[in-house]
Amino acid sequence: MIYTFCFYLFATVTVFSGIMVISSRNPVHSVLYLILAFFNSAGLFVMLGAEFVAMILVIVYVGAVAVLFIFVVMMLDIDYSEMRKGFQKYLPIGGLIGFLLLAELALVGMGWGLSGGVVTDPATAIPALTEMSNTEALGSLLYTKYVFLFQMAGLILLVAMIGAIVLTHRKRPGVKKQNINKQVMHRRSDAYEIVKVKPGQGI
Amino acid sequence: MTEMMLPNLTPAYGEILMALGAMALLMLGVFRGNSSTRFISLISAALMIAALFITVNWQDTAVYTFGNMFVVDRFTSFMKILVLVASSLAVIMSIQYFKDEGEERFEYPILLLLATVGMMVMISANDLMSLYMGLELQSLSLYVLASIRRDSELSTEAGLKYFVLGALSSGILLFGSSLIYGFVGSTNFTVIGDTLAHANEHLGGHAPNIGVIVGMVFVLSGLAFKISAVPFHMWTPDVYQGAPTPVTAFFAVAPKVAALALLVRVLYVPFGELSHSWTQVIVFMSLASMVLGSVAAVVQTNIKRLMAYSSIGHIGFALVGLAAGNQEGVRGLMIYMAIYLVMNVGTFACILSMRRNNGMVEEISDLSGLVQTRPLMAVALGIFMLSLAGIPPMAGFWGKWYVFKAVIAKAVENPMATDYGLISLAVIGVVASVIGAYYYLNVVKIMFFNAPEEEFMPQKSFKMTAIMSFGAALMVLFLLPQVNAPILEYARMAAAALIS
Repeated sequence: MIYTFCFYLFATVTVFSGIMVISSRNPVHSVLYLILAFFNSAGLFVMLGAEFVAMILVIVYVGAVAVLFIFVVMMLDIDYSEMRKGFQKYLPIGGLIGFLLLAELALVGMGWGLSGGVVTDPATAIPALTEMSNTEALGSLLYTKYVFLFQMAGLILLVAMIGAIVLTHRKRPGVKKQNINKQVMHRRSDAYEIVKVKPGQGI
Repeated sequence: MTEMMLPNLTPAYGEILMALGAMALLMLGVFRGNSSTRFISLISAALMIAALFITVNWQDTAVYTFGNMFVVDRFTSFMKILVLVASSLAVIMSIQYFKDEGEERFEYPILLLLATVGMMVMISANDLMSLYMGLELQSLSLYVLASIRRDSELSTEAGLKYFVLGALSSGILLFGSSLIYGFVGSTNFTVIGDTLAHANEHLGGHAPNIGVIVGMVFVLSGLAFKISAVPFHMWTPDVYQGAPTPVTAFFAVAPKVAALALLVRVLYVPFGELSHSWTQVIVFMSLASMVLGSVAAVVQTNIKRLMAYSSIGHIGFALVGLAAGNQEGVRGLMIYMAIYLVMNVGTFACILSMRRNNGMVEEISDLSGLVQTRPLMAVALGIFMLSLAGIPPMAGFWGKWYVFKAVIAKAVENPMATDYGLISLAVIGVVASVIGAYYYLNVVKIMFFNAPEEEFMPQKSFKMTAIMSFGAALMVLFLLPQVNAPILEYARMAAAALIS
């Protein structure tokens, strides 16, 4: 009973906030609805017994991606009505591509598993939940069988980091930076001197 | 699940060495700054040469590792040698350029090194996932390299264009991969191949599932973008022109060799059974690339754009070998790529020497009367142009000879194959080659018979002269058996490793 109730609660809110993401006029509201959608889908994942995906959804998508979205939306002054102008013009070609992709998906759906000798039960690759938790199962695959791909992904991220620095980092002239060495080496004698002033003479 | 087993790392020593080296050099660069660029470049080239010696593999059997995701055999070995030679020469050629432009960035050789790691993984990929990882590592580095001169409008434009279109092609490739996985149930090339063969047997030679074919065509399109075969070539001229010249020199050879190697493996290992389906696609791309590469190049005035169209055309010729669909054809393709490498590196060494007091010049008309001001360079560039045009007895002719020979032999021995128009492919290829000869010969004419222009600045680096003269010598001497025998023999063995 409580399970069904929770499911419908999470599901309804997810669908509602999904609709609000694309229909609200203010982009900041869209991002906030997106975060709501993420939280509710995380709830759905917990109910499915996929606690790891739920955690990732909250930590990565809400914690990093959505917050980044908010920053971008608030920092960039984008005129959304201007952006929507070309909508009518590009509708035919966009619609055509969308239709083609939909046809592809329909093909997939209709002809599922036609190649002979296919692994018929892909779920066998995953150990039963009673033996091993999701997180453990993922970890033991990621760091053993797929360690090569894992390391490659690391290299790709390294390239992305180098790329971001190469393309955007520049030395600005006239920026005042803290020089700790200079601060520590600063002596009292550098800062001021004691001058004996005789009365009536000035310095 | 609990027992620990370290995968066999031996086949990947070259890649590991280069990746670790790149990280160490990155640290060095961060602490020493851009003044260490020259040193880092030289060490990068040395790492590539070291990886080359590790990579040379004379073993008969293929070695699989990392859960069959990574394969090393003679084919990968041959292609990796080409990539490593091209990359190390690209690093060496870039040193003087960036110094003269006052744009030294220590990240440049490191990104090039990482891109080369990506290419080597691509060549060794035996799984759709490792294919994608290698491809992305390579492409991401190339996007950054294209726009490394961020103050230049052209360079930024080139990087952005390349990035947007490259991301699109990666998306298409991923979509195709997911379709294949959905229909076959595995991402491993060997398993896909076995499954399709099994299905073929059981269905009695009937056409396999349409979904697999659609997925394969999507993957093919993604890869065709990387080798810039028509109709996925649009980005090439703009990126070649906009990117800094040493980057263009790199783009023109190493990534193409790697992507072509990947294409050959994808077509023969997982989709060998579907050859009747992909042959049509390859024949079309090959025809279109040859014709467009030849015709569109005629009106170009910028030598880098000219080289872009020339590379599109050359990819078309290399694909002729793939269209033949047999061991002979793949051998022809490999010989073609080896010769293409030398021709292109040599030509770009010449283009990088086109420098006047006010900077680099890139117009073909700037080469006027080069024979009077700089005779050695004129002769070398002339030889490269004749070779690119495929005029005997230069090496370029022999490259074309082997691919066309393979395709004609296939068409004659098996008349059924003429359904794919292999004979007309060969005929149109020869015609395109003749049209293409016009603009290559035009460059030769401008250098040798036009009135001389202002002299180029003297060559500061001995390396450029060495690359130019060595490359030109190779082009002329290729017809000697002492020169061509090792390449022909190794290419034969490499092709045999892939197709039994």
